[in-house]
Amino acid sequence: MKLFIALLARELRLSLRHLGDTLGALLFFLVAGALFPLAIGPSPETLGRLAPGIVWVCALLAALLPLDRLFGADYEDGSLDQLLLCGLPAAAIALGKALAHWLATGLPLLLAAGPLGIMLRLTPEALPALLGGLLAGTLVLSLLGTAGAAIVLGARRGGVLLPLLVLPLAVPVLIFGAAATDAAAAGLSPRPHLLLLCALLAGALPLCPIAAGAALRGAAE
Amino acid sequence: MVRRVDARPTIAPPRTLSRAGRGLHRFANPGRFLRLSGALLPWIAAPGLALTAAGLVWGLFFAPADWQQGDAVRIMYVHVPAAWLASAGYLALAGCSAASLVWRHPLADLAAAEISPVGAGFTAMCLITGSLWGKPMWGAWWVWDARLTSVLVLFFLYLGHIALVRAFDEPERGYRAGAILALVGVVNLPIIKFSVDWWNTLHQPDSITLFGAPTMSLVMLWPLLLSALGYTLVFAALVLARTRAAVMERRIRALLTARARHLEILG
Repeated sequence: MKLFIALLARELRLSLRHLGDTLGALLFFLVAGALFPLAIGPSPETLGRLAPGIVWVCALLAALLPLDRLFGADYEDGSLDQLLLCGLPAAAIALGKALAHWLATGLPLLLAAGPLGIMLRLTPEALPALLGGLLAGTLVLSLLGTAGAAIVLGARRGGVLLPLLVLPLAVPVLIFGAAATDAAAAGLSPRPHLLLLCALLAGALPLCPIAAGAALRGAAE
Repeated sequence: MVRRVDARPTIAPPRTLSRAGRGLHRFANPGRFLRLSGALLPWIAAPGLALTAAGLVWGLFFAPADWQQGDAVRIMYVHVPAAWLASAGYLALAGCSAASLVWRHPLADLAAAEISPVGAGFTAMCLITGSLWGKPMWGAWWVWDARLTSVLVLFFLYLGHIALVRAFDEPERGYRAGAILALVGVVNLPIIKFSVDWWNTLHQPDSITLFGAPTMSLVMLWPLLLSALGYTLVFAALVLARTRAAVMERRIRALLTARARHLEILG
Protein backbone atom coordinates (compact mmCIF):
# COMPACT_ATOMS: atom_id res chain seq x y z
CA MET A 1 0.00 0.00 0.00
CA LYS A 2 2.83 2.34 0.90
CA LEU A 3 4.52 1.53 -2.39
CA PHE A 4 1.26 2.09 -4.24
CA ILE A 5 0.82 5.53 -2.68
CA ALA A 6 4.44 6.35 -3.49
CA LEU A 7 3.81 5.32 -7.12
CA LEU A 8 0.69 7.46 -7.27
CA ALA A 9 2.55 10.40 -5.76
CA ARG A 10 5.34 10.00 -8.30
CA GLU A 11 2.88 9.95 -11.19
CA LEU A 12 1.03 12.99 -9.89
CA ARG A 13 4.28 14.88 -9.34
CA LEU A 14 5.29 14.04 -12.90
CA SER A 15 1.99 15.22 -14.34
CA LEU A 16 2.27 18.40 -12.26
CA ARG A 17 5.69 19.05 -13.81
CA HIS A 18 4.25 18.34 -17.28
CA LEU A 19 1.20 20.50 -16.77
CA GLY A 20 1.04 21.09 -20.51
CA ASP A 21 -0.26 17.56 -21.13
CA THR A 22 -3.26 18.09 -18.86
CA LEU A 23 -3.88 21.56 -20.26
CA GLY A 24 -3.60 20.22 -23.80
CA ALA A 25 -6.30 17.60 -23.22
CA LEU A 26 -8.50 20.16 -21.49
CA LEU A 27 -8.10 22.74 -24.24
CA PHE A 28 -8.77 20.10 -26.90
CA PHE A 29 -11.99 19.22 -25.07
CA LEU A 30 -13.18 22.83 -24.97
CA VAL A 31 -12.08 23.79 -28.48
CA ALA A 32 -13.53 20.66 -30.09
CA GLY A 33 -16.78 21.21 -28.20
CA ALA A 34 -16.89 24.84 -29.29
CA LEU A 35 -16.57 23.85 -32.95
CA PHE A 36 -19.98 22.17 -32.98
CA PRO A 37 -22.14 25.29 -32.49
CA LEU A 38 -20.16 26.93 -35.30
CA ALA A 39 -20.66 23.94 -37.60
CA ILE A 40 -24.30 23.07 -36.94
CA GLY A 41 -25.63 26.53 -36.15
CA PRO A 42 -26.42 28.18 -32.83
CA SER A 43 -30.15 27.29 -32.60
CA PRO A 44 -30.82 26.29 -28.96
CA GLU A 45 -33.16 23.37 -29.78
CA THR A 46 -30.71 21.57 -32.07
CA LEU A 47 -27.72 22.29 -29.84
CA GLY A 48 -29.50 21.25 -26.65
CA ARG A 49 -30.57 18.00 -28.31
CA LEU A 50 -27.02 17.23 -29.49
CA ALA A 51 -25.20 18.53 -26.40
CA PRO A 52 -24.99 15.24 -24.40
CA GLY A 53 -23.49 13.39 -27.35
CA ILE A 54 -21.07 16.20 -28.19
CA VAL A 55 -19.78 16.48 -24.62
CA TRP A 56 -19.35 12.71 -24.35
CA VAL A 57 -17.57 12.27 -27.68
CA CYS A 58 -15.23 15.20 -26.95
CA ALA A 59 -14.48 13.83 -23.47
CA LEU A 60 -13.73 10.39 -24.97
CA LEU A 61 -11.31 11.82 -27.54
CA ALA A 62 -9.68 14.21 -25.06
CA ALA A 63 -9.08 11.39 -22.58
CA LEU A 64 -7.21 9.48 -25.30
CA LEU A 65 -4.76 12.31 -26.00
CA PRO A 66 -2.31 11.89 -23.10
CA LEU A 67 -2.41 8.07 -23.23
CA ASP A 68 0.56 7.44 -25.51
CA ARG A 69 2.86 9.21 -23.04
CA LEU A 70 1.39 7.24 -20.11
CA PHE A 71 3.99 4.48 -20.36
CA GLY A 72 6.03 5.83 -23.28
CA ALA A 73 8.51 7.97 -21.31
CA ASP A 74 8.98 5.30 -18.63
CA TYR A 75 9.50 2.65 -21.29
CA GLU A 76 12.14 4.66 -23.14
CA ASP A 77 14.27 5.69 -20.16
CA GLY A 78 14.07 2.33 -18.41
CA SER A 79 12.10 3.41 -15.36
CA LEU A 80 9.34 0.98 -16.36
CA ASP A 81 11.71 -1.92 -15.70
CA GLN A 82 12.52 -0.40 -12.32
CA LEU A 83 8.84 0.04 -11.52
CA LEU A 84 8.20 -3.61 -12.33
CA LEU A 85 11.06 -4.60 -10.01
CA CYS A 86 9.91 -2.43 -7.10
CA GLY A 87 7.83 -5.17 -5.49
CA LEU A 88 4.37 -4.19 -6.63
CA PRO A 89 2.52 -6.59 -8.91
CA ALA A 90 2.32 -5.37 -12.51
CA ALA A 91 -1.47 -5.05 -12.24
CA ALA A 92 -1.08 -2.67 -9.27
CA ILE A 93 1.33 -0.53 -11.28
CA ALA A 94 -1.22 -0.39 -14.10
CA LEU A 95 -3.96 0.54 -11.61
CA GLY A 96 -1.78 3.31 -10.19
CA LYS A 97 -1.11 4.62 -13.69
CA ALA A 98 -4.84 4.52 -14.49
CA LEU A 99 -5.71 6.42 -11.31
CA ALA A 100 -3.02 8.99 -12.04
CA HIS A 101 -4.36 9.38 -15.59
CA TRP A 102 -7.84 9.91 -14.21
CA LEU A 103 -6.72 12.45 -11.64
CA ALA A 104 -4.65 14.34 -14.21
CA THR A 105 -7.09 14.14 -17.16
CA GLY A 106 -10.50 12.79 -16.14
CA LEU A 107 -11.03 15.11 -13.20
CA PRO A 108 -10.20 18.35 -15.13
CA LEU A 109 -12.48 17.15 -17.94
CA LEU A 110 -15.22 16.63 -15.39
CA LEU A 111 -14.78 20.17 -14.12
CA ALA A 112 -14.84 21.61 -17.65
CA ALA A 113 -17.82 19.51 -18.78
CA GLY A 114 -20.34 21.58 -16.83
CA PRO A 115 -19.44 24.93 -18.44
CA LEU A 116 -19.17 23.28 -21.87
CA GLY A 117 -22.61 21.71 -21.43
CA ILE A 118 -24.12 25.07 -20.53
CA MET A 119 -22.42 26.71 -23.53
CA LEU A 120 -24.03 24.03 -25.69
CA ARG A 121 -27.45 24.95 -24.25
CA LEU A 122 -27.90 21.74 -22.30
CA THR A 123 -30.93 22.00 -20.01
CA PRO A 124 -29.78 22.58 -16.40
CA GLU A 125 -31.81 19.58 -15.19
CA ALA A 126 -29.56 17.27 -17.23
CA LEU A 127 -26.31 18.58 -15.73
CA PRO A 128 -26.22 16.27 -12.66
CA ALA A 129 -26.77 13.25 -14.92
CA LEU A 130 -24.02 14.46 -17.27
CA LEU A 131 -21.53 14.96 -14.45
CA GLY A 132 -22.49 11.76 -12.64
CA GLY A 133 -22.17 9.78 -15.84
CA LEU A 134 -18.84 11.40 -16.67
CA LEU A 135 -17.55 10.63 -13.17
CA ALA A 136 -17.99 6.87 -13.69
CA GLY A 137 -17.39 7.05 -17.44
CA THR A 138 -14.03 8.83 -17.34
CA LEU A 139 -12.83 6.29 -14.76
CA VAL A 140 -13.73 3.43 -17.12
CA LEU A 141 -12.04 5.32 -19.97
CA SER A 142 -8.87 5.75 -17.91
CA LEU A 143 -8.83 2.03 -17.10
CA LEU A 144 -9.49 0.98 -20.70
CA GLY A 145 -7.00 3.51 -21.99
CA THR A 146 -4.32 2.26 -19.61
CA ALA A 147 -4.87 -1.30 -20.85
CA GLY A 148 -4.69 -0.08 -24.45
CA ALA A 149 -1.56 1.98 -23.82
CA ALA A 150 0.14 -1.01 -22.19
CA ILE A 151 -0.81 -3.27 -25.10
CA VAL A 152 0.58 -0.98 -27.83
CA LEU A 153 3.74 -0.21 -25.84
CA GLY A 154 6.71 -0.61 -28.17
CA ALA A 155 4.67 -0.93 -31.36
CA ARG A 156 5.42 1.03 -34.49
CA ARG A 157 2.82 3.79 -34.93
CA GLY A 158 1.52 2.99 -31.44
CA GLY A 159 -0.08 6.39 -31.18
CA VAL A 160 -2.23 5.72 -34.25
CA LEU A 161 -3.04 2.18 -33.16
CA LEU A 162 -4.15 3.15 -29.66
CA PRO A 163 -7.44 4.90 -30.61
CA LEU A 164 -8.26 2.07 -33.03
CA LEU A 165 -8.05 -0.42 -30.16
CA VAL A 166 -9.58 1.63 -27.35
CA LEU A 167 -12.47 3.36 -29.13
CA PRO A 168 -14.42 0.18 -30.07
CA LEU A 169 -14.10 -1.03 -26.47
CA ALA A 170 -15.30 2.35 -25.19
CA VAL A 171 -18.54 2.17 -27.19
CA PRO A 172 -20.70 0.92 -24.26
CA VAL A 173 -19.47 3.76 -22.03
CA LEU A 174 -20.43 6.29 -24.69
CA ILE A 175 -23.85 4.71 -25.27
CA PHE A 176 -24.90 4.57 -21.61
CA GLY A 177 -23.29 7.86 -20.66
CA ALA A 178 -24.98 9.82 -23.42
CA ALA A 179 -28.24 7.92 -22.81
CA ALA A 180 -28.24 8.94 -19.12
CA THR A 181 -27.91 12.63 -20.00
CA ASP A 182 -30.49 12.28 -22.78
CA ALA A 183 -32.95 10.67 -20.38
CA ALA A 184 -32.46 13.43 -17.83
CA ALA A 185 -32.90 16.11 -20.52
CA ALA A 186 -36.18 14.43 -21.57
CA GLY A 187 -37.43 14.43 -17.98
CA LEU A 188 -36.92 10.70 -17.42
CA SER A 189 -34.85 9.05 -14.72
CA PRO A 190 -31.18 8.61 -15.69
CA ARG A 191 -30.79 6.00 -12.93
CA PRO A 192 -30.78 2.77 -15.00
CA HIS A 193 -28.14 4.13 -17.40
CA LEU A 194 -25.99 5.39 -14.53
CA LEU A 195 -26.26 2.01 -12.80
CA LEU A 196 -25.15 0.27 -16.00
CA LEU A 197 -22.20 2.67 -16.21
CA CYS A 198 -21.29 1.77 -12.62
CA ALA A 199 -21.56 -1.91 -13.57
CA LEU A 200 -19.11 -1.29 -16.42
CA LEU A 201 -16.81 0.40 -13.92
CA ALA A 202 -17.12 -2.53 -11.52
CA GLY A 203 -16.14 -4.88 -14.36
CA ALA A 204 -13.30 -2.75 -15.71
CA LEU A 205 -11.77 -2.02 -12.30
CA PRO A 206 -10.34 -5.53 -11.76
CA LEU A 207 -10.06 -6.72 -15.39
CA CYS A 208 -8.29 -3.80 -17.11
CA PRO A 209 -5.34 -3.62 -14.67
CA ILE A 210 -4.84 -7.40 -15.03
CA ALA A 211 -4.73 -7.12 -18.83
CA ALA A 212 -2.50 -4.05 -18.64
CA GLY A 213 -0.19 -5.78 -16.16
CA ALA A 214 0.20 -8.80 -18.43
CA ALA A 215 0.99 -6.49 -21.35
CA LEU A 216 3.51 -4.50 -19.27
CA ARG A 217 5.34 -7.65 -18.27
CA GLY A 218 5.43 -8.67 -21.93
CA ALA A 219 6.81 -5.27 -22.93
CA ALA A 220 9.54 -5.37 -20.30
CA GLU A 221 10.80 -8.85 -21.22
CA MET B 1 3.97 -50.80 6.87
CA VAL B 2 6.98 -50.84 4.59
CA ARG B 3 7.96 -47.54 3.13
CA ARG B 4 8.60 -47.96 -0.52
CA VAL B 5 11.38 -45.95 -2.01
CA ASP B 6 10.43 -44.26 -5.21
CA ALA B 7 12.99 -45.30 -7.77
CA ARG B 8 11.80 -42.89 -10.42
CA PRO B 9 14.24 -40.09 -11.25
CA THR B 10 13.08 -36.76 -9.96
CA ILE B 11 13.39 -35.04 -13.32
CA ALA B 12 10.70 -37.21 -14.91
CA PRO B 13 7.92 -35.25 -16.60
CA PRO B 14 5.36 -34.07 -14.07
CA ARG B 15 2.65 -36.63 -13.51
CA THR B 16 0.08 -34.01 -12.63
CA LEU B 17 -0.43 -33.07 -16.26
CA SER B 18 -3.73 -34.61 -17.23
CA ARG B 19 -3.99 -37.11 -20.06
CA ALA B 20 -6.19 -34.73 -22.04
CA GLY B 21 -3.69 -31.91 -21.58
CA ARG B 22 -0.81 -34.08 -22.80
CA GLY B 23 -2.92 -35.26 -25.72
CA LEU B 24 -3.55 -31.71 -26.83
CA HIS B 25 0.03 -30.59 -26.34
CA ARG B 26 1.17 -33.29 -28.74
CA PHE B 27 -0.46 -31.35 -31.57
CA ALA B 28 1.43 -28.18 -30.69
CA ASN B 29 4.56 -29.62 -32.32
CA PRO B 30 4.89 -27.71 -35.63
CA GLY B 31 6.29 -30.71 -37.53
CA ARG B 32 3.44 -32.96 -36.42
CA PHE B 33 0.99 -30.17 -37.18
CA LEU B 34 2.34 -29.78 -40.73
CA ARG B 35 2.08 -33.53 -41.44
CA LEU B 36 -1.38 -33.89 -39.91
CA SER B 37 -2.85 -30.72 -41.39
CA GLY B 38 -1.41 -31.53 -44.80
CA ALA B 39 -3.22 -34.86 -44.75
CA LEU B 40 -6.45 -33.34 -43.38
CA LEU B 41 -6.65 -30.20 -45.48
CA PRO B 42 -8.12 -31.72 -48.69
CA TRP B 43 -10.65 -33.63 -46.61
CA ILE B 44 -11.83 -30.41 -44.98
CA ALA B 45 -11.63 -28.08 -47.97
CA ALA B 46 -13.41 -30.29 -50.51
CA PRO B 47 -16.50 -31.14 -48.38
CA GLY B 48 -16.56 -27.54 -47.20
CA LEU B 49 -16.76 -26.18 -50.73
CA ALA B 50 -19.23 -28.89 -51.81
CA LEU B 51 -21.53 -28.34 -48.82
CA THR B 52 -21.41 -24.56 -49.19
CA ALA B 53 -22.23 -24.82 -52.88
CA ALA B 54 -25.03 -27.33 -52.23
CA GLY B 55 -26.52 -25.28 -49.39
CA LEU B 56 -26.37 -22.05 -51.39
CA VAL B 57 -27.84 -23.58 -54.57
CA TRP B 58 -30.59 -25.23 -52.54
CA GLY B 59 -31.30 -22.04 -50.63
CA LEU B 60 -31.03 -19.61 -53.53
CA PHE B 61 -32.93 -21.62 -56.16
CA PHE B 62 -35.01 -24.43 -54.65
CA ALA B 63 -36.07 -23.38 -51.15
CA PRO B 64 -39.46 -21.62 -51.06
CA ALA B 65 -39.73 -17.83 -50.89
CA ASP B 66 -40.99 -16.32 -47.64
CA TRP B 67 -44.69 -15.38 -47.48
CA GLN B 68 -43.79 -11.98 -46.13
CA GLN B 69 -40.28 -11.21 -47.33
CA GLY B 70 -40.52 -12.81 -50.75
CA ASP B 71 -37.26 -13.72 -52.46
CA ALA B 72 -35.27 -11.37 -50.23
CA VAL B 73 -35.27 -14.07 -47.56
CA ARG B 74 -32.72 -15.96 -49.64
CA ILE B 75 -30.00 -13.57 -48.43
CA MET B 76 -30.35 -15.47 -45.15
CA TYR B 77 -28.45 -18.47 -46.55
CA VAL B 78 -25.40 -16.26 -47.07
CA HIS B 79 -25.85 -13.90 -44.14
CA VAL B 80 -26.68 -16.12 -41.16
CA PRO B 81 -23.79 -18.64 -41.53
CA ALA B 82 -21.36 -15.73 -42.03
CA ALA B 83 -22.65 -14.16 -38.81
CA TRP B 84 -22.28 -17.43 -36.90
CA LEU B 85 -18.76 -17.90 -38.21
CA ALA B 86 -17.84 -14.30 -37.35
CA SER B 87 -18.63 -14.98 -33.67
CA ALA B 88 -17.28 -18.53 -33.64
CA GLY B 89 -14.08 -17.31 -35.30
CA TYR B 90 -13.56 -14.78 -32.53
CA LEU B 91 -14.11 -17.53 -29.97
CA ALA B 92 -11.42 -19.59 -31.72
CA LEU B 93 -9.14 -16.53 -31.75
CA ALA B 94 -9.67 -16.10 -28.00
CA GLY B 95 -9.02 -19.82 -27.42
CA CYS B 96 -5.73 -19.63 -29.34
CA SER B 97 -4.81 -16.46 -27.46
CA ALA B 98 -5.46 -18.10 -24.09
CA ALA B 99 -3.37 -21.12 -25.16
CA SER B 100 -0.56 -18.84 -26.29
CA LEU B 101 -0.58 -16.86 -23.03
CA VAL B 102 -0.77 -19.94 -20.79
CA TRP B 103 1.43 -22.48 -22.59
CA ARG B 104 3.39 -20.21 -24.96
CA HIS B 105 2.82 -22.53 -27.91
CA PRO B 106 4.27 -20.82 -31.01
CA LEU B 107 1.65 -22.63 -33.07
CA ALA B 108 -1.17 -20.96 -31.12
CA ASP B 109 0.42 -17.58 -31.86
CA LEU B 110 0.58 -18.29 -35.56
CA ALA B 111 -2.98 -19.65 -35.62
CA ALA B 112 -4.32 -16.57 -33.79
CA ALA B 113 -2.56 -14.26 -36.23
CA GLU B 114 -4.07 -16.19 -39.15
CA ILE B 115 -7.60 -16.51 -37.73
CA SER B 116 -8.18 -12.77 -37.44
CA PRO B 117 -8.00 -11.90 -41.19
CA VAL B 118 -10.33 -14.81 -42.03
CA GLY B 119 -12.71 -13.81 -39.24
CA ALA B 120 -12.63 -10.19 -40.38
CA GLY B 121 -13.54 -11.37 -43.88
CA PHE B 122 -16.53 -13.34 -42.63
CA THR B 123 -17.62 -10.40 -40.45
CA ALA B 124 -17.39 -8.06 -43.43
CA MET B 125 -19.47 -10.52 -45.47
CA CYS B 126 -22.04 -10.64 -42.64
CA LEU B 127 -22.23 -6.84 -42.47
CA ILE B 128 -22.45 -6.37 -46.25
CA THR B 129 -25.12 -9.03 -46.83
CA GLY B 130 -27.00 -7.77 -43.78
CA SER B 131 -26.97 -4.29 -45.27
CA LEU B 132 -28.25 -5.66 -48.60
CA TRP B 133 -31.01 -7.46 -46.71
CA GLY B 134 -31.87 -4.44 -44.59
CA LYS B 135 -32.53 -2.15 -47.53
CA PRO B 136 -35.59 -4.04 -48.91
CA MET B 137 -36.88 -5.14 -45.48
CA TRP B 138 -36.30 -2.14 -43.21
CA GLY B 139 -35.94 0.52 -45.90
CA ALA B 140 -32.41 1.41 -44.73
CA TRP B 141 -28.92 0.11 -45.48
CA TRP B 142 -27.93 0.53 -41.89
CA VAL B 143 -29.69 1.09 -38.56
CA TRP B 144 -27.93 1.68 -35.27
CA ASP B 145 -29.53 -1.08 -33.26
CA ALA B 146 -27.69 -3.17 -30.67
CA ARG B 147 -27.04 -6.23 -32.86
CA LEU B 148 -25.63 -4.25 -35.79
CA THR B 149 -23.53 -2.03 -33.54
CA SER B 150 -22.05 -4.93 -31.60
CA VAL B 151 -21.13 -6.79 -34.81
CA LEU B 152 -19.53 -3.59 -36.12
CA VAL B 153 -17.49 -3.46 -32.90
CA LEU B 154 -16.52 -7.10 -33.51
CA PHE B 155 -15.30 -6.10 -36.99
CA PHE B 156 -13.20 -3.29 -35.50
CA LEU B 157 -11.79 -5.68 -32.89
CA TYR B 158 -10.71 -8.05 -35.66
CA LEU B 159 -9.11 -5.16 -37.59
CA GLY B 160 -7.40 -3.92 -34.43
CA HIS B 161 -6.00 -7.40 -33.79
CA ILE B 162 -4.71 -7.65 -37.38
CA ALA B 163 -3.02 -4.25 -37.14
CA LEU B 164 -1.63 -4.84 -33.64
CA VAL B 165 -0.07 -8.27 -34.30
CA ARG B 166 1.82 -6.90 -37.28
CA ALA B 167 2.91 -3.62 -35.65
CA PHE B 168 5.90 -4.90 -33.66
CA ASP B 169 9.46 -5.39 -34.84
CA GLU B 170 9.75 -8.58 -32.80
CA PRO B 171 6.89 -10.90 -33.82
CA GLU B 172 6.67 -12.49 -30.34
CA ARG B 173 5.78 -9.14 -28.76
CA GLY B 174 3.06 -8.66 -31.34
CA TYR B 175 1.59 -12.11 -30.67
CA ARG B 176 1.51 -11.45 -26.96
CA ALA B 177 -0.09 -8.00 -27.27
CA GLY B 178 -2.61 -9.41 -29.76
CA ALA B 179 -3.47 -12.27 -27.39
CA ILE B 180 -4.22 -9.85 -24.55
CA LEU B 181 -6.32 -7.66 -26.85
CA ALA B 182 -8.26 -10.70 -28.12
CA LEU B 183 -9.04 -11.80 -24.57
CA VAL B 184 -10.16 -8.30 -23.57
CA GLY B 185 -12.46 -8.22 -26.61
CA VAL B 186 -14.22 -11.44 -25.60
CA VAL B 187 -16.66 -9.31 -23.55
CA ASN B 188 -18.22 -8.36 -26.86
CA LEU B 189 -19.32 -11.92 -27.70
CA PRO B 190 -22.11 -12.27 -25.10
CA ILE B 191 -23.20 -8.75 -26.00
CA ILE B 192 -23.63 -9.81 -29.63
CA LYS B 193 -25.40 -13.01 -28.66
CA PHE B 194 -27.87 -11.45 -26.25
CA SER B 195 -28.23 -8.01 -27.85
CA VAL B 196 -31.51 -9.05 -29.49
CA ASP B 197 -32.90 -10.18 -26.13
CA TRP B 198 -31.64 -7.36 -23.92
CA TRP B 199 -32.62 -4.51 -26.20
CA ASN B 200 -35.63 -3.92 -28.36
CA THR B 201 -33.83 -4.21 -31.69
CA LEU B 202 -34.98 -3.97 -35.28
CA HIS B 203 -32.88 -7.07 -35.94
CA GLN B 204 -35.03 -10.13 -35.25
CA PRO B 205 -34.26 -12.42 -32.29
CA ASP B 206 -32.69 -15.84 -32.86
CA SER B 207 -34.82 -18.31 -34.82
CA ILE B 208 -32.62 -21.27 -33.99
CA THR B 209 -31.64 -22.12 -30.43
CA LEU B 210 -29.68 -24.99 -28.97
CA PHE B 211 -32.63 -26.28 -26.96
CA GLY B 212 -36.12 -25.74 -28.25
CA ALA B 213 -37.76 -25.96 -31.63
CA PRO B 214 -36.61 -23.64 -34.41
CA THR B 215 -39.16 -21.01 -35.33
CA MET B 216 -38.63 -21.53 -39.05
CA SER B 217 -39.86 -24.06 -41.54
CA LEU B 218 -37.80 -27.20 -42.08
CA VAL B 219 -37.65 -26.60 -45.83
CA MET B 220 -35.69 -23.44 -45.06
CA LEU B 221 -33.78 -24.86 -42.10
CA TRP B 222 -32.08 -27.71 -44.00
CA PRO B 223 -30.33 -25.60 -46.64
CA LEU B 224 -29.35 -23.12 -43.91
CA LEU B 225 -27.75 -25.82 -41.76
CA LEU B 226 -26.06 -27.30 -44.83
CA SER B 227 -24.47 -24.00 -45.81
CA ALA B 228 -23.57 -23.30 -42.17
CA LEU B 229 -21.68 -26.62 -42.01
CA GLY B 230 -20.03 -25.82 -45.33
CA TYR B 231 -19.00 -22.33 -44.15
CA THR B 232 -17.53 -23.82 -40.97
CA LEU B 233 -15.39 -26.27 -42.92
CA VAL B 234 -14.29 -23.56 -45.36
CA PHE B 235 -13.34 -21.34 -42.43
CA ALA B 236 -11.34 -24.18 -40.86
CA ALA B 237 -9.67 -24.98 -44.18
CA LEU B 238 -8.68 -21.34 -44.76
CA VAL B 239 -7.21 -21.05 -41.27
CA LEU B 240 -5.36 -24.37 -41.61
CA ALA B 241 -3.90 -23.42 -44.99
CA ARG B 242 -2.85 -19.97 -43.73
CA THR B 243 -1.30 -21.43 -40.56
CA ARG B 244 0.61 -24.01 -42.63
CA ALA B 245 1.92 -21.21 -44.83
CA ALA B 246 2.93 -19.22 -41.74
CA VAL B 247 4.81 -22.20 -40.26
CA MET B 248 6.64 -22.79 -43.54
CA GLU B 249 7.41 -19.08 -43.89
CA ARG B 250 8.93 -19.09 -40.45
CA ARG B 251 11.04 -22.16 -41.30
CA ILE B 252 12.27 -20.58 -44.51
CA ARG B 253 13.21 -17.42 -42.66
CA ALA B 254 15.09 -19.46 -40.05
CA LEU B 255 16.94 -21.34 -42.83
CA LEU B 256 17.83 -18.12 -44.64
CA THR B 257 19.10 -16.56 -41.41
CA ALA B 258 21.17 -19.66 -40.67
CA ARG B 259 22.63 -19.62 -44.19
CA ALA B 260 23.45 -15.93 -43.97
CA ARG B 261 25.21 -16.52 -40.67
CA HIS B 262 27.07 -19.47 -42.16
CA LEU B 263 28.23 -17.38 -45.14
CA GLU B 264 29.30 -14.64 -42.76
CA ILE B 265 31.47 -17.06 -40.81
CA LEU B 266 33.00 -18.44 -44.01
CA GLY B 267 33.56 -15.05 -45.61
